[in-house]
Amino acid sequence: MIKAILIFNNHGKPRLSKFYEHYTEDTEQQIIRETFHLVSKRDENVCNFLEGGMLIGGSDYKLIYRHYATLYFVFCVDSSESELGILDLIQVFVETLDKCFENVCELDLIFHVDKVHNILAEMVMGGMVLETNMNEIITQVDAQNKMEKSETRQPETIS
Amino acid sequence: MPAPIRLRELIRTIRTARTQAEEREMIQKECAAIRSSFREEDNTYRCRNVAKLLYMHMLGYPAHFGQLECLKLIASQKFTDKRIGYLGAMLLLDERQDVHLLMTNCIKNDLNHSTQYVQGLALCTLGCMGSSEMCRDLAGEVEKLLKTSNSYLRKKAALCAVHVIRKVPELMEMFLPATKNLLSEKNHGVLHTSVVLLTEMCERSPDMLAHFRKLVPQLVRILKNLIMSGYSPEHDVSGISDPFLQVRILRLLRILGKSDDDSSEAMNDILAQVATNTETSKNVGNAILYETVLTIMDIKSESGLRVLAINILGRFLLNNDKNIRYVALTSLLKTVQTDHNAVQRHRSTIVDCLKDLDVSIKRRAMELSFALVNGNNIRGMMKELLYFLDSCDPEFKADCASGVFLAAEKYGTDSLTSLHVTAVLSCVLAGSYVRDDSVPNLIQLITNSVEMHAYTVQRLYKALLDDISQQPLVQVASWCIGEYGDLLVSGQCEEEEPIQDEVLDVLEGLLVSNLSTPVTRGYALTAIMKLSTRFSSVNRIKKVVSIYGSSIDVELQQRAVEYNALFKKYDHMRPALLERMPIMEKTATNGPTEIVQTNGETEPSAVEPKHPPPVTQPANQVRTPYSGSYSEQDSSAVTTQFSHDIITFPPSVFQTFQLQLLSPSSNVVPALNQGTVTQVIRVLNPQKQQLRMRIKLTYTHKGSPVQDLAEVNNFPPQSWQ
Repeated sequence: MIKAILIFNNHGKPRLSKFYEHYTEDTEQQIIRETFHLVSKRDENVCNFLEGGMLIGGSDYKLIYRHYATLYFVFCVDSSESELGILDLIQVFVETLDKCFENVCELDLIFHVDKVHNILAEMVMGGMVLETNMNEIITQVDAQNKMEKSETRQPETIS
Repeated sequence: MPAPIRLRELIRTIRTARTQAEEREMIQKECAAIRSSFREEDNTYRCRNVAKLLYMHMLGYPAHFGQLECLKLIASQKFTDKRIGYLGAMLLLDERQDVHLLMTNCIKNDLNHSTQYVQGLALCTLGCMGSSEMCRDLAGEVEKLLKTSNSYLRKKAALCAVHVIRKVPELMEMFLPATKNLLSEKNHGVLHTSVVLLTEMCERSPDMLAHFRKLVPQLVRILKNLIMSGYSPEHDVSGISDPFLQVRILRLLRILGKSDDDSSEAMNDILAQVATNTETSKNVGNAILYETVLTIMDIKSESGLRVLAINILGRFLLNNDKNIRYVALTSLLKTVQTDHNAVQRHRSTIVDCLKDLDVSIKRRAMELSFALVNGNNIRGMMKELLYFLDSCDPEFKADCASGVFLAAEKYGTDSLTSLHVTAVLSCVLAGSYVRDDSVPNLIQLITNSVEMHAYTVQRLYKALLDDISQQPLVQVASWCIGEYGDLLVSGQCEEEEPIQDEVLDVLEGLLVSNLSTPVTRGYALTAIMKLSTRFSSVNRIKKVVSIYGSSIDVELQQRAVEYNALFKKYDHMRPALLERMPIMEKTATNGPTEIVQTNGETEPSAVEPKHPPPVTQPANQVRTPYSGSYSEQDSSAVTTQFSHDIITFPPSVFQTFQLQLLSPSSNVVPALNQGTVTQVIRVLNPQKQQLRMRIKLTYTHKGSPVQDLAEVNNFPPQSWQ
């Protein structure tokens, strides 16, 4: 099961945080800080797996991360997930974001965090992997966006 | 009131803040605006406000006042509102708030909505944070959706069902009929989530597991299609067809085939096929191979297949990609218990990984190395491991030290004693990372390796000079200095030896230091006392000991008083008392011995007073003389009075025995068998070991000290069985 998905930049500022288990707000922030601390220390050519920090559960949980340009994508998983499989999943996630936002960069994630949540909701649900086919995900997300657009003929929009 | 600003604007504003305080100020202003807007029950801008609130929540600011608003959004008719509302519910709400139960009705309605995306939202939210009450109420709806033909909804319903089962395990039966034709779906998304659902059900209930075993042929067929089907653009990831699904199916096969011969047999072929045909140049191929290997090792596969699996792991170990190496080490660790010999073949590669720069790989390699140590390779492995202990990061030292120590204890034989002692010393020098209860074991080990005494005491003394904060180290070091202090100052060591006063300074320093625990102080005091027979500066020692006669610490005080007595009244016995310790035998190999280390507390049971008294040992190694009465003693030679004194020290706790000495009936043995002195000793013998006793008598006869040794082996069996 995936316990949490975090995206933060090279300075530790969170760009997306989704927890699939309940923690208090303070704990969530602490987890983000601790994860950043652990992950930012890593060299570029070491493996992408880390034992989890103390807060999020200790020995059964692993951090699997990938570093793209200015962003860290971190999945915190327990032993029931395949490590290499999660690495591939991160790759699929990033490629999907790339397709949806057209050459995604950090600014896209900053200003459209709700859209990123929607895309993620089509991939991972309740801590388990829902869909891994990129085209399928994009189709669903596009259809839902179209629904939203059709409703909002008034000037009011979210963002 | 002006329209609330858009999320985009808010983000832009916040990004211009230059300090944390400025950011906080902006956020607080915006929160106030949002709060007043909520109060006004403004429907049009609610979703905008909630979106902003969620952004601020991500940055770490409190957003609980938006919880009810999320509920209002969920109840709205518009899809935009619902979307943000459900997202907010997932981020802000959880079971612990009572508010979440209000969602149940909304979700129920939305699960039956005409639009599939709304149904999808409802399923998603229920699957993420549904509480057990909600799950109970809505399980029927989920089960209905599990049977729908709409694949988008079916896959979400499957995962939602997993969540329901996790929260309310009793409902698992309810989903059984719906699973009948899940695997005949063509849509890979549904297949994938169905396999997850089946996996969850099998893991939770052995009955389900037995029931689903009949699906093995179907799963094997699906897997075969995936491998043989050739290029399929929609499921292709780096040239392999839907690797995620392959991995999931392999995992389910593993659970189904475990400890079941028939299923394992059915899987053998396909596993061999996957293992040989999968391309390994990309990460996806390796992910599948890894899962295959784990499955082969877990089920009852034939030996050829197992060898294939371990060879694949061996190949992984040599791969350039660090991730692959890490994963290989992890799986070898899992299999080392069952296929020890096969893993041994890769021992040299594993030991090389100890030198890798990557922390995660080093840790795995260390654990695996400890698992691989056996009687044959102990020499080579110990060398590598000691080198690793010296050079590794502090976070490893604790585990590495205890691992080396355990390995040395288990496989270190007499012929390897010096190796053993070096190993153990290194552990101790690694400082506080050694367990406290290993101190007696270390001491026993050091005593038994006679030729290493000089080296040992010298190294420990040097370590003590550097650092006196690590209690196990200090205790072992002070014990050694007390025992072998003469070797330390006599020039037997290679380097410059300290002079007696320096050594005494160090020990006295331990006594007064704040870092020393009471136990350590006890060790230090006894060590100083022992040096009174090995060093020449006896006066100094006498002074130190007498000071502690009035120490607040009762244990120290008692020792000091007794040692003082040794200097005064019993000075003639002092050399004998403070002699070198003899070699201790390991209780495990030899049964009871008379001088054993301490361990654990037990209650005493009485022993018949007829038996002659045994030797006792105080907590710190001073041998007790005692006096006993022997009717067998030869009294024909003398006619004068014996007078000897009895010193009893409080007994220590023995590994196999516990003793309690009571005071003797008198301290003079009359001559010519005119009387006896009796002393009762209570012995607790929980392990029912045979009682044996060695006795050393020290007494004065006609004014001169005499020593006598004897052994008692004829305790009646009833006394110890």
